[in-house]
Amino acid sequence: MSHTHPEGPELTDSERAFRAEAREWLAAHNPGRLPSMDTDEGAALHRAWEATLAEGRWSVVAWPEQYGGREASLTEWVIFEEEYYLAGAPTRIAQNGISLLAPIIFEHGTPEQQERWLRPMTDGSLIWAQAWSEPEAGSDLAGIRSRAVRDDERGGWVLSGQKTWSSRAPFADRGFGLFRTDPEAARHRGLTYMTFPLDVPGITVRPVHQLDGDAGFAEIFFDDVFVPDADVLGGVGDGWRVAMSTAGNERGLSLRAPGRFMAAADRLLDLWAERGADAPHLRDRVVDAWIGAEAYRLYTWGTVDKLAGGGDMGADGSVNKLFWSELDLELHETALDLLGPEAELRGPGAPSGGSWVDDHLFSLAGPIYAGTNEIQRNIVAERILGLPRGENRRAGA
Amino acid sequence: MRFSLNDEQRSFASAIDGLLAGADVPAINRAWGAGDTAPGLALWGRLAELGVPALTVPEEAGGIGASPLDLVVAFELLGRHGVPGPWIESVAVAPLLLADTPHADLLEGLAEGTVRATLAVDGIAPYALDADAATHVFHVSPAGLAVAEAGEAMASVDPSRRLFPVTAGERTPLAEGALDRALDLAALATAAAQVGAADRMLRTAVEYVGQRRQFGRVIGEYQAVKHRLADVKVSLDFARPLVHGAALELEEKSPTAPRAVSAAKVFASETAHSAGRAALQMHGAIGYTLECDLSIWLLRSRALHGAWGTVAAHRARVLDHLTTAR
Repeated sequence: MSHTHPEGPELTDSERAFRAEAREWLAAHNPGRLPSMDTDEGAALHRAWEATLAEGRWSVVAWPEQYGGREASLTEWVIFEEEYYLAGAPTRIAQNGISLLAPIIFEHGTPEQQERWLRPMTDGSLIWAQAWSEPEAGSDLAGIRSRAVRDDERGGWVLSGQKTWSSRAPFADRGFGLFRTDPEAARHRGLTYMTFPLDVPGITVRPVHQLDGDAGFAEIFFDDVFVPDADVLGGVGDGWRVAMSTAGNERGLSLRAPGRFMAAADRLLDLWAERGADAPHLRDRVVDAWIGAEAYRLYTWGTVDKLAGGGDMGADGSVNKLFWSELDLELHETALDLLGPEAELRGPGAPSGGSWVDDHLFSLAGPIYAGTNEIQRNIVAERILGLPRGENRRAGA
Repeated sequence: MRFSLNDEQRSFASAIDGLLAGADVPAINRAWGAGDTAPGLALWGRLAELGVPALTVPEEAGGIGASPLDLVVAFELLGRHGVPGPWIESVAVAPLLLADTPHADLLEGLAEGTVRATLAVDGIAPYALDADAATHVFHVSPAGLAVAEAGEAMASVDPSRRLFPVTAGERTPLAEGALDRALDLAALATAAAQVGAADRMLRTAVEYVGQRRQFGRVIGEYQAVKHRLADVKVSLDFARPLVHGAALELEEKSPTAPRAVSAAKVFASETAHSAGRAALQMHGAIGYTLECDLSIWLLRSRALHGAWGTVAAHRARVLDHLTTAR
């Protein structure tokens, strides 16, 4: 595959060597596109791929060596992500665990929890489902109603209620989310960060089919599910603060390294070379999509610099999320427009095996998950631009 | 790619910003538009004390020999404050073109701020900006550089820009590659000025909607208002890395530098356009008047949309590089 996005010019020799090693390993091991991870067959293949990644120590490059990582710097991590996407390697079934939960476990987990959960989530043997949303609480996490009631006798908590849009739940091993442990406390207070197994009595997982037809998420019903104290993450009643650091991760850098968009922009240019002559009116959109991916790459390096200098993402994560989610949509919509009437075909026989339409369907979710773009715009307007909060109009978090 | 500004660049920026913030540039801009160039030229002299016109003049000719990133820092601020005059022409373009020609003796004056050059370039800048306020007027074509005579002034959409057709005299050849490099630097400086204009229009709009009341509320409380300004902020935050990245590529003479410059010009100009549209909408009717300062940036950004390579031409250049490089 051709790379139209130049590599950073100021990489050190060891960063270049890291890139070369990653590229070489991926070239030798990458299975390419796998069947959807939200199917029985696909989930098994994705788990196996996680195991292969772990064997090569590429599963969690930024983690400490004791948990299978390489202690890669932020720069190296971005380099790895670039190589990963440019190689067209599979999506990561372990992402919920690695990106969303692990930072919390590192920061708030007990040594025992770290020992029990971290290593298995790096090799595909422990796949996590995130369980943030509830039917009545979408982006408004403070509106969570699912409850955890104290059970002193057994030394733990009894969960009841319902979660929804729980990604990976149909094929995962455990879940994590917030539960209300103090119903009297104010919205943000009285929440506790719980983890729970998905295969115990009292838990019902009802797969929900997404626009792409796969059971990518599920409803989870909790009917007096016992969770021991050992499975509570962080302090009781401290769930909001604990969770917010993952929400920041999800909206910000960790979820969307630039490689994904750079690779899609490269594929779009290939498609333009093939089909552009029939659709000259799409030229500007092709160019703008590429420029957008390039802007995202450069912005990310700026963020890496800022974080390396001791800064934090803060509300910039919302700027980031707004940009990539809109860019992702536009990249894929442009590709579909280039494909013309064939764009609606899916599966074998479709152009590129239907990958453009599949990826487009995935991109449609971008402005919705990880905090809707409306919530993100409120955050940007209020926290970054300093516009006034209206009465009863709080910007999410 | 690492392009955080260093301490020196940050203090250079804050010196320019401080000077311009205290100079009532909107009044200077309006005077310039009305034909009174004296305050604008005085401002030129004060910016010269900070070294702005000396940036691209080589050290051996009395200049600073600064990097394209330094240039970007300066032009974002000139754009943000709406400084009038042939700055892009004099600072970004002229020094590169004049070097190694019989006009090289002008470089020292350019660096000092006593020489102000403007120029028309065949096919890309058909009129010389503010020839009446410049000390030297040139015409440039691939065949070379010529001293030129300015004709009758023509009005621009931006009242602070006067455009002059020129008649060229005898040509002297340019150094190899000088024209291409000068045009890239001009497009980069234009992109930086557009980022500055976008930033200013966003700030102006944020300030306005924070105090303007309608239906019993500050209008900044309305989501429709918030969301539109948030989108401008997002665009602005992604325009700057493109401009800074292009500056680094130019400095390193990377083979993809022209593509990076064009990408920056496209994105920065579109950002300024959307910032202008949003700011105008937020202001309502008052924004549609010349007495509102917003007009300074709104009309300037429209003029710069087509200056030093139209957005359409730069888009075409990006795609051309991408498709031929593959």
